[in-house]
Amino acid sequence: MFEINTLLVGLLLVNFVLLGASRLGTSVRQVAAQGALLSLLTLAEHAGWSAPWRVWLLALGSGVVKAVVFPYFLRRALREADVRREMEPYVGFTASVLVGVTALAASLWLASRLPLPGPVASPLLVPVSLFTLLVGLFLLVSRRKALTQVVGYLVLENGVFCFGLALPEDAPLSVEVGILLDIFAAVFIMGIMIYHISREFDHIDTDRMSSLRDETT
Amino acid sequence: MDAAPVLRYLLAFALAPLLGGVITKTKAFFAGRTGAPLLQGYFDLAKLLRKGTVYSTTTSWVFRAGPVVTVGAVAVALALVPMGGTPAPLAFPGDFLLLAYLFALARFFTIAAALDTGSAFEGMGASREAQFSALAEPGLVLCFLALTRSAGDLSLSVSLGALSFAAWRSHAAVLALVAAALFIVFLAENARIPVDDPTTHLELTMIHEVMVLDHGGPDLALVEAASWLKLWVLGALVVGVAVPVRTGIPALDGGVFLAAMLLLGVAVGVVESAMARLRLLRVPQLLVASGVLAALATALISG
Amino acid sequence: MGAFLAALGLIVGGGVASVLTGRRRSWRSRAAVTGIVAGSLCGLVAAVRVLAGAPTPTLHVPWRVPYGSFSLAIDPVSALFLVALFVLAPLASVYGGRYLEEEHGDESLGGVWLFTGLLVAGIALVFTARNAVLFLVAWEVMSIAAYFLVTFEHYRDEVREAGWTYLVATHLGTAFLIALFLLMGRAGGSLDFDEMQLGHASPPVAGLLFVLAVVGFGTKAGLVPFHVWLPEAHPAAPSHVSALMSGVMIKTGIYGLLRVLLLLPSPPAWWGWLLIAMGVASGLGGVLFALAQHDLKRLLAYHSVENIGIITLGLGVGLLGVHAGLPLVALAGFAGALLHVLNHALFKGLLFLGAGAVAHATGTRDLDHLGGLGKRMPWTGATFLVGAAAISGLPPLNGFVSEFLIYTGAFAAATAGRGAVLAAAIAGAAGLALIGGLAVACFTKAFGAVFLGEPRGTSAGRAREVAAALRLPMVALAAACAGIGLAAPWVLAGMSRALAQVARALGLPAPDAQIETLRSALAWVSLGSLALLAAVAAAAVARRLLLRGRTVAAGPTWGCGYAAPSPRMQYTASSFAQPLVDLFRPVLRTETAGTPPSGPFPAPASFASATPDPADRRLYRPVFAGVAALFGRLRWVQQGRIQLYLLYLVATLLILLLWKVR
Repeated sequence: MFEINTLLVGLLLVNFVLLGASRLGTSVRQVAAQGALLSLLTLAEHAGWSAPWRVWLLALGSGVVKAVVFPYFLRRALREADVRREMEPYVGFTASVLVGVTALAASLWLASRLPLPGPVASPLLVPVSLFTLLVGLFLLVSRRKALTQVVGYLVLENGVFCFGLALPEDAPLSVEVGILLDIFAAVFIMGIMIYHISREFDHIDTDRMSSLRDETT
Repeated sequence: MDAAPVLRYLLAFALAPLLGGVITKTKAFFAGRTGAPLLQGYFDLAKLLRKGTVYSTTTSWVFRAGPVVTVGAVAVALALVPMGGTPAPLAFPGDFLLLAYLFALARFFTIAAALDTGSAFEGMGASREAQFSALAEPGLVLCFLALTRSAGDLSLSVSLGALSFAAWRSHAAVLALVAAALFIVFLAENARIPVDDPTTHLELTMIHEVMVLDHGGPDLALVEAASWLKLWVLGALVVGVAVPVRTGIPALDGGVFLAAMLLLGVAVGVVESAMARLRLLRVPQLLVASGVLAALATALISG
Repeated sequence: MGAFLAALGLIVGGGVASVLTGRRRSWRSRAAVTGIVAGSLCGLVAAVRVLAGAPTPTLHVPWRVPYGSFSLAIDPVSALFLVALFVLAPLASVYGGRYLEEEHGDESLGGVWLFTGLLVAGIALVFTARNAVLFLVAWEVMSIAAYFLVTFEHYRDEVREAGWTYLVATHLGTAFLIALFLLMGRAGGSLDFDEMQLGHASPPVAGLLFVLAVVGFGTKAGLVPFHVWLPEAHPAAPSHVSALMSGVMIKTGIYGLLRVLLLLPSPPAWWGWLLIAMGVASGLGGVLFALAQHDLKRLLAYHSVENIGIITLGLGVGLLGVHAGLPLVALAGFAGALLHVLNHALFKGLLFLGAGAVAHATGTRDLDHLGGLGKRMPWTGATFLVGAAAISGLPPLNGFVSEFLIYTGAFAAATAGRGAVLAAAIAGAAGLALIGGLAVACFTKAFGAVFLGEPRGTSAGRAREVAAALRLPMVALAAACAGIGLAAPWVLAGMSRALAQVARALGLPAPDAQIETLRSALAWVSLGSLALLAAVAAAAVARRLLLRGRTVAAGPTWGCGYAAPSPRMQYTASSFAQPLVDLFRPVLRTETAGTPPSGPFPAPASFASATPDPADRRLYRPVFAGVAALFGRLRWVQQGRIQLYLLYLVATLLILLLWKVR
């Protein structure tokens, strides 16, 4: 269960599913899976079952938050916003997957060029984290619904979290906890905002919200 | 303390109404009349001091304070002026500033008392008075500046005391400018033609006369006394610059000073008879001109 | 230093306590007011101790902010400014406590007292900070706290607008201050005032620092043309806050400018000329615009601009003396400026509190609707008269003393100097005289329109005297004005340590001889003032004796025999000021509107006049409009799509990453 490379490949596949998903529910489920995988990865980094109790705490905590709490919030926001469950992206799904392949190649190349401070647990760790990051950014930019913005943000933060795992051990654990707290607050706020947006405009389509921009007459 | 300054101060108090009488007599002479007697001022004061008074229900304590503060301020201002070469009872560096601002204090309360009556006439006079005296202030201060610069000392008594006919011989242009500027300020501050007509309170001409319309009895006496004292104060300054006799004998200097003051009264009478009052819009120009003359005088005095 | 720190603690603590008791009527103001009064007393003790001769107390606490250190010191110059703060703050708070309860009793007042406490503490820190970073932090605390106080009545449009104007203006000034301190730090080697070595600064650098200081601190002080926020913000704030702002907050600008001057040695001549020119311009501009105002508090705000001009004029005369090597000129100029700081705090505070009382009693600040309040509000009227006489510089009050000192400096410069010094001295003296004359005109207008004559409107007719808590601070301030006026020599002696510090920093010899000269002149002035009071009293007694046994009747105003006067026929404030406003039309550009009466029988007619501020109209608005137009051309970047904005971010990040990795 704690084989690092297996987990990383699993993460990779989840990212591709996210790129190709056409329904909001699928995206939310995939993000939950990503969160669970990451908590397992945390434990795997620190020697599996014999990891210190702090690591177990962090892993379990982040796993619960990302795999249970966030999806709950998001599904509730979805239900209350009562929107159409289709994605309606700017970039089509097939094209997105192709972009994903390019991004994977780019992150493999970048990882080889990045000057890292010390030895890494697996040669796949940095490329996969960069890839997750890029997938998150891509989702943010190319999807129309406001809820996918949250999903994209979560994927982005997962990528950052994963990248943090690549750093040497004496990086304080509080950084990871800090990041977690960050995400928690952000998702909370975003969930409320989406609810209010949909209440105000009866939709969460960001394309139609472009009329809100500052105009000079 | 030296007795001479105090003596001159008291004499000034006593002789100030006479100056007004001289002016009226001169104007009457020009008009071909006999005119009121020279001592009319004293008769007027005595008459007013014997009367009761009427206070308007619109007014408050400020109206009652007006004449009192005015006469008090001018009385102290008189103590700052050197007469006939003798230093003033109160002489110190910067005393001319106290003089100028004591006049400002008197003006403030006169205007306030005028506004307190709630009458449009007094308000009009007060408004014009505020304008003209605001513009006359720089002129007065610049005249003082010229005097202090020429003497190199910051006290009025010393500055005027340093002047003499010898100074006129060497700095005639400068002193003439200063004298002219001071004369204009003298006419303006004392509400003489060409700035104001002291004999009428018609709308066209009223500035000072109208502000005191509602005073009566002892209040009016105080107001009249203050106006004569002010005439004397500013007149002493003009005479101090124009006729700086320094024979060294105090009594002679004092006598010449007195004669010069009375001559000044005649001069004022002549000016009042020969000129008409200026248009109200031209008065600011006249006042600015006096300031410019004084500034020019200051600049011309070499250091 | 302990007393000072206790002061800060009590003041802020009072504010916090007030927040916690927010809605409990009896406690919320009392906690804050007690805190501020107690704190001010402690602070006053600390400041007076330094002025009396105690060594400078210092505090140094290491701070993790880069380049910053929490170091405070109360040297004599700081102590002088602190005295002004700690005298005005408690009086304004006592007034404010009752005033806020009566005017805004239904609202939550915790916030306003917290910000009042922060304002006072911020100003105190500005006066004592010895490190540039700490200074700027305290400056910002003060400015932001003042913003929240100005926008207390935020439900009114004009208050929000005024707050916005103030916020923008103060931050523009702070931008210049940041540039100033950065440059000073670079040139001087340290951001600590005590360790900066600016003696080797080249003249261009020193000149640039001076100009930055004048602009940055001048914005806070209200020098023309940076003054545009003053006439907007001061009327919008509640009256006791206006008193604090006009009385002390704008003096922080003067303090900052003085501090910079003390750190930059050997001032060249043009610094003195610039300050004199700006001082005269501010003085004249302020008083002329005050003459054209109808709103009492706006009039007072413009007078603050005027008095800041007078203080700057004094500083300019002082610098002139330093450069020309005339110690009496230098000392008289600085002494006059510093004393005017204190004096203005007292009488401007008094006037604003009085204006607040009038607004509170009648509900209006419009001069053309007031009148006759002297009989209905005798205490307010009497104290306002004292304040008006003081601000016009009339003996025997304190305004005359500080103007006397500045005049002495200018006259001494004109007497001893030549060429450019003479010209500057003439300009300064003439300017000050004109300012004084116009101030008399303006304050007779204000006092007359509000307190004298008959009420011009119904609300003025129903006014009643304000509560004791509102009267007491005004009486105290009036007494202080009179006291300083009469006790001027001792006040100057109290300032001697501050003046010695200034002289030492600017390279002058020890000023004992000059202080003695000025002291003896002021002693004569006090003698003259006493003689004045004696003469007035004698005349009053004489009149009373003369009227004894005579008829003293009451009747309507004679006014040349007009039989039926009405209150509407009185001269209004606008008509009183009209000759002067007309004379200065090229500067003021008053706009009038209305329908004149026409036809043989009286028909309804109207007249309205307004005098917009030209610095606002012709300098700031065009510049801001130009900047907005320029940036409007970049508007195409804003498409309204969040994905596009994120794309901008992503693209930038990727480019940076690729650039670094390559």
